[in-house]
Amino acid sequence: MFPPAFEYSAPTTVEEVLATLAREGEGSRVLAGGQSLIPMMKLRLASPAFLVDINNVQGLDHIEAANGYIRIGALVRHRDIVNSELIGTTNHAMASAAPWIADPLVRNRGTLCGSVAHCDPEGDWNSVMLAARAEVVARSAGGERVIPIDDFIVDFFTNSLQPGEIVEEVRVPKYSGKGGGAYLKLERKIGDYATVAVASQLELDDAGKIAKAGIALTAVNNKNTRASAAEDVLVGETPSDELFREAGELAAQAANPETNVRGTAEWKREIVRVYTRRGLETALAQAQG
Amino acid sequence: MQINVTLNGTSRTDEVEPRQLLVDYIRGTGNTGTHIGCDTTSCGACTVLVDGTPMKTCTMFAVQANGKSLTTVEGLKQDGALHPIQAAFKEKHGLQCGFCTPGMMLTGAALLEENPEPSEDDVRWAISGNLCRCTGYVNIVKAVQHAGDLIRES
Repeated sequence: MFPPAFEYSAPTTVEEVLATLAREGEGSRVLAGGQSLIPMMKLRLASPAFLVDINNVQGLDHIEAANGYIRIGALVRHRDIVNSELIGTTNHAMASAAPWIADPLVRNRGTLCGSVAHCDPEGDWNSVMLAARAEVVARSAGGERVIPIDDFIVDFFTNSLQPGEIVEEVRVPKYSGKGGGAYLKLERKIGDYATVAVASQLELDDAGKIAKAGIALTAVNNKNTRASAAEDVLVGETPSDELFREAGELAAQAANPETNVRGTAEWKREIVRVYTRRGLETALAQAQG
Repeated sequence: MQINVTLNGTSRTDEVEPRQLLVDYIRGTGNTGTHIGCDTTSCGACTVLVDGTPMKTCTMFAVQANGKSLTTVEGLKQDGALHPIQAAFKEKHGLQCGFCTPGMMLTGAALLEENPEPSEDDVRWAISGNLCRCTGYVNIVKAVQHAGDLIRES
């Protein structure tokens, strides 16, 4: 299979990328890892007239801590996240999600920022980003804007980027106190999309009460979904089995899955309930450890 | 567009259309050991080392290989002798129909560069993006581990 014809350029600076996007307009698309875009083009689900390949741009492959954030550049591959000591020691949900993104060969090429921008409701990273309350740094020829992940994810395969904007970086807040997190993913086989997955993150205050809670769901709605009611019931409370069970019930109510080849709606909702509780237990153990 | 690549150690310049997939370009050079299996980023039959890293070449454009070094199964042999991974696949019967074998060997060779003594779990994890429709995984895993033995012995 091969996609419809397109024009191509591979600039070496962000400025050139932005100028090219501004010149080519709405028919242009950014090509980073290409592990979702190229298959969509081959299936003719996407047919951009112009591809701006950013793989030769220097300075976009950083994973670094700065100003209370973990900053992840547009060319950071999933594999880099798997191997990152910084992420392994500072964000448990990201560290547990990374090895379950696609398969090792796809992880060698695909990027976190590209996956975030793709907004596939069955994609993993956006649930983790919701749980961690990440921000997307978008840049265009006109300047930079910072978009909270909740505003960035609009709908099924739809983000809030404007024409001419790229995702230059994703910023994940570091825990302000003691924290922990998990990404629990049920998949039929490695490389398949999630049947259901749940991202959880907890931060504790000095008294051991829950200061912040993040819970988000994969593959059970038309976009990755924050389980707000489940988060709200946790904040300010002392962690307990009963509390986590209640959060699991509320998270399951936020899921509106379809019955399909991967399972029935009822079963998927049950997985959300169990994975939320288990994820919170894991997050708590890490925060207390 | 014109691209310059180093293919199995030999530098070459070719004219490609931007939409040409890397796997089709490679096969067009006569290196047909790189297979097209699923053509949907699932099976890994098209795996090639791009600057030493295994990637699915059905999901890259040939233009993106400009300036890169590509190693296909034809480039594994060293000074006319089989690469240890090839010798090990032969000795441990790490193939049945052979369709997935080039991808398995390239992924295995890349694993052994990083980890010369992988456990069974390490190997199974590393090859989890390469599918064997014969389901001959037991001997594939043995072969990759045996190749590690051969490399460490030499």
